[in-house]
Amino acid sequence: MSTTTQDAPVEDEAHHDEETNYLNHDTGIWSWLATKDHKRIGILYCISLAVVFLAAGILALFMRAELSAPGETIMGNETYNQVFTMHGILMVFLFLVPSIPAILGNFVLPMQIGAKDVAFPKLNLASWYVYMAGAILTIAALLTGGVDTGWTFYTPYSSTTGGGVLWMTAAIFVAGFASIFTGLNFIVTVHKMRAPGMTWNRLPLFIWGIYATSIVQVLATPVIGITMVLLILEQTMQIGIFDPALGGDPVLFQHFFWFYSHPAVYIMILPAFGILSELIATFSRSRIFGYRAIALSSVAIAMLGFLVWGHHMFVSGQSAISSIVFSLITYLIGIPSGIKVFNWVATLYKGSIWLQTPMLYALSFLFLFTIGGFTGIMVGVLAVDVQLHDTYYVVSHFHYVMMGGSVVALLGGMHYWWPKITGRMYNETLGKIAAGLVFVGFNLTFFPQLVLGSRGMPRRYANYAERFAGLHELSTYGSWVLGAGLFLILGYALWSLAYGEEAPANPWGATTLEWTNVAAIPDHHNFKRTPLVTRGPYDFHLADEVFGGGDGEALGDDVPRIPEPAPSAPTEDDTAASASA
Amino acid sequence: MATETAPAPTETDGAHDHPAHLEHHFVSSKQQFDSAKLGMWVFLITEVLLFSGMFVAYAVFRQWNPEVFVAASNTLDQMWGTINTVVLLTSSLTVALSIHYIKQDKVKQCVYYLLSTLGLAGVFMVIKYIEYTAKFEHGIYPGAAFDPHGAHYEHLAGMAAAPQFFSIYFVMTGIHGLHVVIGMLVIGAIAFMAWRGSFSSEWYTPVELTGLYWHLVDIVWIFLFPLLYLI
Amino acid sequence: MGDFWLPEAASTMAPEVDSLFNFVTVVSTILLVGVVAAMLWFVYRYRRQDPGERPAPVEESKLLEISWIVIPTILVLLVFNWGFKSFIKQKTVPPDAYEIRVQARQWSWTFEYPNGVTSDTMYVPANEPVKTTMSSSNVLHSFFVPAFRVKQDVLPNRYSSVWFEATKKGTYDVFCTEYCGLDHSEMDAAVKVVSRERFDQWLKESATPTDIPLPRLGEQLYSQQGCQGCHSLDGSDMVGPTWQGLYGKTGHEMADGSTVTVDENYLRTSILQSGDKIVQGYQNVMPSYSNLSEREVAGLVAFIKEQSDQEPPQN
Repeated sequence: MSTTTQDAPVEDEAHHDEETNYLNHDTGIWSWLATKDHKRIGILYCISLAVVFLAAGILALFMRAELSAPGETIMGNETYNQVFTMHGILMVFLFLVPSIPAILGNFVLPMQIGAKDVAFPKLNLASWYVYMAGAILTIAALLTGGVDTGWTFYTPYSSTTGGGVLWMTAAIFVAGFASIFTGLNFIVTVHKMRAPGMTWNRLPLFIWGIYATSIVQVLATPVIGITMVLLILEQTMQIGIFDPALGGDPVLFQHFFWFYSHPAVYIMILPAFGILSELIATFSRSRIFGYRAIALSSVAIAMLGFLVWGHHMFVSGQSAISSIVFSLITYLIGIPSGIKVFNWVATLYKGSIWLQTPMLYALSFLFLFTIGGFTGIMVGVLAVDVQLHDTYYVVSHFHYVMMGGSVVALLGGMHYWWPKITGRMYNETLGKIAAGLVFVGFNLTFFPQLVLGSRGMPRRYANYAERFAGLHELSTYGSWVLGAGLFLILGYALWSLAYGEEAPANPWGATTLEWTNVAAIPDHHNFKRTPLVTRGPYDFHLADEVFGGGDGEALGDDVPRIPEPAPSAPTEDDTAASASA
Repeated sequence: MATETAPAPTETDGAHDHPAHLEHHFVSSKQQFDSAKLGMWVFLITEVLLFSGMFVAYAVFRQWNPEVFVAASNTLDQMWGTINTVVLLTSSLTVALSIHYIKQDKVKQCVYYLLSTLGLAGVFMVIKYIEYTAKFEHGIYPGAAFDPHGAHYEHLAGMAAAPQFFSIYFVMTGIHGLHVVIGMLVIGAIAFMAWRGSFSSEWYTPVELTGLYWHLVDIVWIFLFPLLYLI
Repeated sequence: MGDFWLPEAASTMAPEVDSLFNFVTVVSTILLVGVVAAMLWFVYRYRRQDPGERPAPVEESKLLEISWIVIPTILVLLVFNWGFKSFIKQKTVPPDAYEIRVQARQWSWTFEYPNGVTSDTMYVPANEPVKTTMSSSNVLHSFFVPAFRVKQDVLPNRYSSVWFEATKKGTYDVFCTEYCGLDHSEMDAAVKVVSRERFDQWLKESATPTDIPLPRLGEQLYSQQGCQGCHSLDGSDMVGPTWQGLYGKTGHEMADGSTVTVDENYLRTSILQSGDKIVQGYQNVMPSYSNLSEREVAGLVAFIKEQSDQEPPQN
């Protein structure tokens, strides 16, 4: 397909004319660094986060290399401790928490609700700059001796050890503001900026996911902010709140920390739920089964998520009563997540399923997230958690949720919206190969870790007993496959930017506003006319303007006919078809 | 391009007749005002959460060491605390009045009340300064430097959690004081803009938002005062 | 299946935890297979045949939705209740439990018995409830014996405890599972389950006799007090300076730039007030051993002297 695209430009000109779009209406580096366009800010975030993900991912490969055999293989304890700490901090605070909202939320949210921009564009840009300030402080932490506390910063180790801990805690404090700004912006945008007719019941589920996330961001992030401030004061002035040597209490720190960091898990997963609903609906062309249940359960999870932090502390020394209550509430939160999975599977029923790359990620998600959920139930069982706490079982569990859930959904979302963001298609064959590598590599990496953990392998160990060697070795091989898959994605994404086939406005036949009412590459102001919404987001049977149904009158010049479900993505046939339409 | 539906009747399309303060991505002044106000409320919620973290620390340590907290609390100066409460409450009134007057296009009164608020905030900070230095003189510092001496404070020296009380006192009032200072800078800027004639009954969003923020600063103090000084 | 997932079960608590673990694993696997099978079947059965396909919307079924809310709820409440009951057992120490003091530090464990014997290996009698009373001398640690299915954080500012009743004789691992810095992964110990007779015998033999020569007492303390975790005898560099050739060294460089001569008083200070003088290139991580008796300190000093053939210059 790559060679035959040469004739495409002829009709593509008919498509976009010489119109300006958000990428070319203004040029130069300053037009990017001072942009207030939500789409460009999304791209700024995308580049920054890609760098962080690359760095943290490479650290993960180093960790797996060290753990490929017992004893010292490529690094000593001190280095290993710093590497796993940085992997955790970068992935959690600087990648996963911002990831989907900051990249795809920024890019897609205003378009999906029919707005020209988010409510506070300047605040949105400020969010990126604040995030970058956090990233610079992180680098400062590395230059001042690094951090080896683990991403959880448990006191008194974190308040007494030297190195870059001070800079690192400052970085997390600062980066928290980026998160608050984004969340605040999205809450107001969803409340006040919806297009006429875009009622709450017509909001795409991605919006519901981002909206629920924003609530958590706004409510939880200030708490990690004040926790980090207190930790900084503990280090610099010994205020004695958390350090037992000064009369403070380390368990209090854990309560503070998890009061943010458990809801932070929902900051990471709720937007992933949103993406998944979009993917499943579009690629099975059917209305999401139980729209209301999925929408409201997101909000329910966001709320309940604040009441379960203590399940990280069953063996910490908190009272048994607290542990029991936290365990019970933890189960209540498991149920809405389960409902979502059932609803997504039911959506496939009697659909028209098109296995493009984004859909492969959606199906991977269903498998991986279900394992993540069930292992979550397991570690929530009081008596069993005593065995599993702080072992590789927990490590594997949260990777199944965070990577198998959030990151896989992000990858699916990036493929799905890639044509809209860049105006170009990625290579579908390579996309499918990469999706397969990620799926296989992921399971090969993390399933052995589940077994390692239940057999008693503690986490954060640079060295381990001989009997754990085989499974660790397997896990390391898995990490190579996973790494290969991710690097392949990076490779063809860059290739697509330069040589990818030009994308039509709606390559997937989706029915949400960013596909139906926005040009192939969005205009600077998104819409030429404010849309008026008259149906639900997944009413494929009513979306005649997409499918050319009815009298076909609705088909405009630059909306292509529905593309072929060909094995190799939209080809010249589609574009030809749309040109002739 | 095809719309999913008919285009909305009259809206948008780069209308050129909108007022200067209306940003391009809003449909109407009302939408812009409502958005700004909702945004401010959400921001205030984050502020409440920020302070509640500290209130929790206070509650926990108080529950563990009730007698120490009473003893330490008694060394704070209730008179200055009460005066400061009155000062802040009054400043909330003045800032509310400034909004009231700008709604009636009475710019002069608006500026006058904004400056009064600024002045009262200054009085608050001066009193805070007097209180802090009185504590420092007797070795009452947050954290490791805590070394109480002098007639009124000696008995704190042996108490286990007295440093924690003062750490919490300094952190909470310190962060609250920081909010007051930020508020003063904002109020100063807003007063200057009002004097230049930037606001009118048509558009006074920044004045309104500053007022909201200032009320929050006031409310936080309403909680701090009894918890730290009285009980 | 339990054998694949779980380590050897060597305590009375283990079978209970294991059956709960196995129950959740089996139910989860069944549900996972169900979900994935349904998903794959739908993907195959309803694959897109024609690009213009627009399936009619499916009626939502209330009954279906209610059933997949109610059934999982019942299941998780069942699991919660089971886990809750076992947890209460884990938390309820039998009144006649034999008590062992556990002291954790960076990065070793010391086990202390009622008669004053200390050891770096935990000996416990089989088929008797044992309770640990644990504290840490610096940062957080966590006491984990996989074979017993027990784990509890060890804190510096309060005692925590676990109890277990070992059922099988043998040697099992003790791991630290709360990250505690540099040598977290080396902070392990062994727990030896022996018969009551063997246990009593060991306890008697290990009681420190007063007529033991000082260097031998020091040698015992070297392992019992966890010194070997950080100080080598063969010159290799660990967390702390090696003891080989240490005694008698002159111009021993400190982190603050000063130098000292390693004599008996320097060694004594370094044991009792470990933070006073930090050797150049090392961290201030050694806990203070002020709990040692005068004789024990003297024993350690004598043992350290044996590791060197020099004498400090007289002056």
